[in-house]
Amino acid sequence: MSMDYFQYLRKEKMPHIWCPGCGHGTIMKSILRALDKLKWNQDDVVVVSGIGCSSRTPGYLDFNTLHTTHGRALAFATGIKVANPKLHVIVVSGDGDAMAIGGNHFIHACRRNIEITLIVFNNNIYGMTGGQASPTTFTGFKGTTAPYGAIEQPFNVCSMAQAAGATFVARALDLDAVAMDRLIVQAMQNKGFSVVDAWSQCTTYFGRPNKWGDASDMMEHYKALTYNVRLSDKMTEEEKAGKYPVGVLHQATRPEFCAEYDKLIERVRPVEK
Amino acid sequence: MSDEATKPSGTVKFLSGNEACMEGAIAAGCRFFAGYPISPSSEIAEKMSGRLPKLGGKFIQMEDEIASMGAIIGASLAGQKTMTATSGPGFSLMQENLGFAMMAEVPCVVINVMRGGPSTGNPTGPSQSDVMQCRWGTHGDHPAIALSPSTIREVFDTTVACFNFAEMMRTPVVLAMDEITAHMREKIVIPPAAEIALINRRKPALQAGETYYPYEAGEDLVPPMMNFGEGARYHVTGLDHDRTGFPSAAAEVQESLHRRLVDKIERHLEKLLLFEHHRTEDAEVLVVAYGSTARSAKRAVEEARAKGVKAGLFRPITLYPIPEKQIEAAAAHAKRVVVPEMNLGQYKLEVERILGKGPAITGVNRVNGEPIAPSLILSAILGD
Repeated sequence: MSMDYFQYLRKEKMPHIWCPGCGHGTIMKSILRALDKLKWNQDDVVVVSGIGCSSRTPGYLDFNTLHTTHGRALAFATGIKVANPKLHVIVVSGDGDAMAIGGNHFIHACRRNIEITLIVFNNNIYGMTGGQASPTTFTGFKGTTAPYGAIEQPFNVCSMAQAAGATFVARALDLDAVAMDRLIVQAMQNKGFSVVDAWSQCTTYFGRPNKWGDASDMMEHYKALTYNVRLSDKMTEEEKAGKYPVGVLHQATRPEFCAEYDKLIERVRPVEK
Repeated sequence: MSDEATKPSGTVKFLSGNEACMEGAIAAGCRFFAGYPISPSSEIAEKMSGRLPKLGGKFIQMEDEIASMGAIIGASLAGQKTMTATSGPGFSLMQENLGFAMMAEVPCVVINVMRGGPSTGNPTGPSQSDVMQCRWGTHGDHPAIALSPSTIREVFDTTVACFNFAEMMRTPVVLAMDEITAHMREKIVIPPAAEIALINRRKPALQAGETYYPYEAGEDLVPPMMNFGEGARYHVTGLDHDRTGFPSAAAEVQESLHRRLVDKIERHLEKLLLFEHHRTEDAEVLVVAYGSTARSAKRAVEEARAKGVKAGLFRPITLYPIPEKQIEAAAAHAKRVVVPEMNLGQYKLEVERILGKGPAITGVNRVNGEPIAPSLILSAILGD
């Protein structure tokens, strides 16, 4: 069934800034389909971002939207959620924003298990500033600050999220929007901190210097680099080596920050006579 | 302000400055605090963590000062009166998001208990060396409001004033307290709630179907503010933006935004200026001092008067914006001006700029972690 995207979009802010072939628009539409499915009141949804290509997303969306400083979106979002837990808070971030400059906020949001959904638009590069290597640039791949290929090991967003305490962790590819929709809905329904590592191709700054071709070629590369986590048991270690699982990677039930704080208030608040 | 400490009504307590700050914040309606431990401000966070949940408010210990500043901005957008407290190095870390709050016009309060710096400096010693950081800490031209109290009752009153100014002006306000004021204990009479004047952010008066422009200001240059979740669904950004809140690269939009952000302080100047004149009417030697240093200065002025020297004290409580006309008036008869401060002459620069080539201006400066004794100021007054 088709939905009317424009009820959630600020049409007058189009066209968006993203390059032809960029996967960010696919992720944005997936977020909108998820929100449409959940039927949350638009006035009760807050979308927060930091700085970068992905962080321009909130400007296009007709919700309460906040475009903050580089890497700090989760800190602002935490303040919003704690101050008014009735609001549904969604954070969109890039790989540099979430995993480099915002890495500290990322692990602590996971640890707190606060009911916020973080969608990392992961394209393995700093797009807005012109293609510098990011914390998820694969070893050996080029960026404008890694002209001879990155010598560092990339962060695995999902492993980091799970280790730090997030209670819903998934990886999704923009080439499979149906699966992405389902994973984002599950993330938003989780009563805790959720991370979706949403892969997106940057044709301009990651595809070109690394000779990965156009958008569809890049999708083929990403497909070859990943496997469906549900097939994990049927695959050998050799088949999985160096590849990233896609799907729901971790789910847990753990006390959520705002709910725990409400219990604390109940416990210490003087009884009114 | 401090004279009210002898008023009979209210609750009598014996508090440190940090404790009085917490009481002031609660009285002002602060129900959200985010912070990170740092000496010598930590007692404020500790006290808030105990008090807030009892009132149904929220305390959250963040991972660093950058996050603390971000959290209080977010919580303010969600409708709360919010505060953080820190000291030198933490205040440095907050500068980026302080700039965001100025740019996006989000009311919030930052307590900076000043300690010796730069860097780790002297974590437990008194200092007044963040004065210029209060004014120019974040990048770009920007508005600044910073207050500095001298007594424990005044800590309470200025903390309330910080919230009032933040809400009235839609901008972050800094309370720059020195470590002596933060840790000194004095008797304080906390006034009954009914006697504390509070200001809340002005809401827009929208007709049905009328569009809300979050950055459209009227004559007073301060746009009315709706909170997230109240139905306006507007956009907030740290980018240069127009009245709708969306980014704009138009030269005239940028020019008018930056001028308005600074001009709004000037527009409300008289309401923001808190200060004390002490025997300045005929002062031939004027002392300009603030914070705990002003207590030493007052004593020195009295001792100078006892020796027949016409000395006076002007004490800015509002450091920024600067009470320029008041400093000029206090110096009307002054042949000399003495500016004692626990830094190497930061506010003296301002006094020199204001008084120009008039009276001779001398600094009394200490950066050794010790307070400035009255005798040092007296020597400067007497010209020894």
